[in-house]
Amino acid sequence: MEEMRILLKYADQINPESAQDYIKVGGYKGLEKARLMEKKALIEEVKKSGLRGRGGAGFNAGMKWSFVPQDAPVKYVVCNLDEGEPGTYKDRIICEKNAHALLEGMAICGAAIGSDQGYIYCRGEYPFIVKLLKNAVQSAKQAGALGNFDIEVRMGAGAYVCGEETALIESIEGHRGEPRFKPPFPGVAGLWGVPTVVNNVETFACLPYILTNGAQWFATIGAAKYPGTKVVTLTGDIVNATYFEVPTNMTLRDVIFKLGGGIKNGKKFKAVQVGGTSGAFIPEENLDTPIDFDSMGTIGAALGSGAVLVLDETRDIVDTVARITKFFEHESCGKCNPCREGTFRMREMVQKVNEGKGTERDLESILLLARVMRRASLCGLGQAAPIPVESTIKHFKYEYMRKLI
Amino acid sequence: MANYKDLIASQQGKKGGIIEAFHAIQSEYNYIPKEALEEAAKVFGMSEAKAYGVATFYSYLSTEKRGKYIIRMCESAPCHVAGADAVIKAIENYLGIATGQTTADGKFTLELTECIGQCQATPVITVNSEPIFNVTPDMIPSILSAYK
Ligand SMILES: Cc1cc2nc3c(=O)[nH]c(=O)nc-3n(C[C@H](O)[C@H](O)[C@H](O)COP(=O)(O)O)c2cc1C
Ligand code: SF4
Ligand code: FES
Repeated sequence: MEEMRILLKYADQINPESAQDYIKVGGYKGLEKARLMEKKALIEEVKKSGLRGRGGAGFNAGMKWSFVPQDAPVKYVVCNLDEGEPGTYKDRIICEKNAHALLEGMAICGAAIGSDQGYIYCRGEYPFIVKLLKNAVQSAKQAGALGNFDIEVRMGAGAYVCGEETALIESIEGHRGEPRFKPPFPGVAGLWGVPTVVNNVETFACLPYILTNGAQWFATIGAAKYPGTKVVTLTGDIVNATYFEVPTNMTLRDVIFKLGGGIKNGKKFKAVQVGGTSGAFIPEENLDTPIDFDSMGTIGAALGSGAVLVLDETRDIVDTVARITKFFEHESCGKCNPCREGTFRMREMVQKVNEGKGTERDLESILLLARVMRRASLCGLGQAAPIPVESTIKHFKYEYMRKLI
Repeated sequence: MANYKDLIASQQGKKGGIIEAFHAIQSEYNYIPKEALEEAAKVFGMSEAKAYGVATFYSYLSTEKRGKYIIRMCESAPCHVAGADAVIKAIENYLGIATGQTTADGKFTLELTECIGQCQATPVITVNSEPIFNVTPDMIPSILSAYK
């Protein structure tokens, strides 16, 4: 199986800032079409395409839009470009290669829900992308491509939790980026209390192609229940440490061994962590699973952001997981107890085991704490934090056992 | 150097724009001086305590004075397995400071960061937000001596 480029088809052949370049390769046709459609029919078309969120939760995009009350006077379209999941840089690549597809996608969403104001929340580590996007918006306006839809770019400031949609909204409002209780969901009461659609960069960037080529076309690409392509980023002990756009029914094995070129330095495969640092570690025997959202779920993993971290046979799993627990301790916003205390204690215990000072009791406590965090944390950060720990104790228990006293 | 009052005023019309104002201040001063924080609080209509709460929430913002060049070493898992620890040690040795400190001449501050989204070329450091790729310990002297 090979790469399939839709979003990245003209990568490095067009100037990402230039609306003219984008229009030359068929850009802004989807928006034109969207504007001629009834709002209901447009949302229906997006629903029918089967497009599901590329930011991690995998929610049907058209469905999400359909929850927005039609009669609200002000509504917002927000693009999540916080991209903080370690090992992930696909949204940056989409912007660097095809920024106007994102802008067009946001305007299509605006047409569907009746909003004329969009915000892009870009992580603070990407100041050059903020610049690129501002220039792209300028260029689109000059070309008259966005009509009355306006887009403002805001910059985050180094907080992973701000990728969570309600924390992101808090941050745009100028507050500490702490997640809100849900419901109400942003679709009903989001930015400044009004209905707001939050979607990921890649989700928005799919929309022009869906509108141009039809929902049916999109629905038949890749896996039936999570159709389309996915941009994945390969890191770790892999020959081709780069990004690929693949149909969603490609197996992990093909991603790693065909596109990725296999393990570096002639070594053997040990484990792969998919979906970034909050994802599960997957052993060799599960590599023949397609990468789509539901298939990954059946092996207790998640596609997440599409990050693929490969570890070779020499890697110390417990040491890697110890580092990951430090990440969550650092990034926990502290609003709720199971996560604030949990990530701290989790790091403490895993570190103890990693230093060869842990006992079997500690492993039991780790698993108990993991269950509490998964069930009682307020947002996805605390809920996902124990996943790397639990999945490695499940699949690589011997690595822990040999470090116990 | 632009006056912090002007920098804050340039963001004034933006709803919720205090973080944008902090970015503007920091790009000139490398941190958010106390007077600037107080001014921003006033302009954006929040208490100083609240503005301080915002500034300290975000790891990219600093309310402590920092050096002219801020080095950040990524220690997230992909950079970690690629040898980030050895690079941090090399930087600490070269500068004679521990992580979190600023050199006596006020030139460099060394900080840790989580993934900065450049994982195609691990390990990665940034110097004043500019990423430097595939860094190894022996490259540190030549990389850092280029900053005057
Ligand atoms: C801790 C945390 C971090 C997240 N980070 C991101 C992120 O960087 N980018 C993103 O698109 N979604 C992120 N999400 C998911 C968002 O909350 C939200 O589901 C997503 O932006 C919705 O867009 P989608 O439906 O297009 O995927 C994060 C969620 C959590 C709990
Ligand atoms: S789960 Fe963690 S990050 Fe999420 S609200 Fe609770 S403390 Fe904050
Ligand atoms: S893990 Fe270091 S840049 Fe992404």
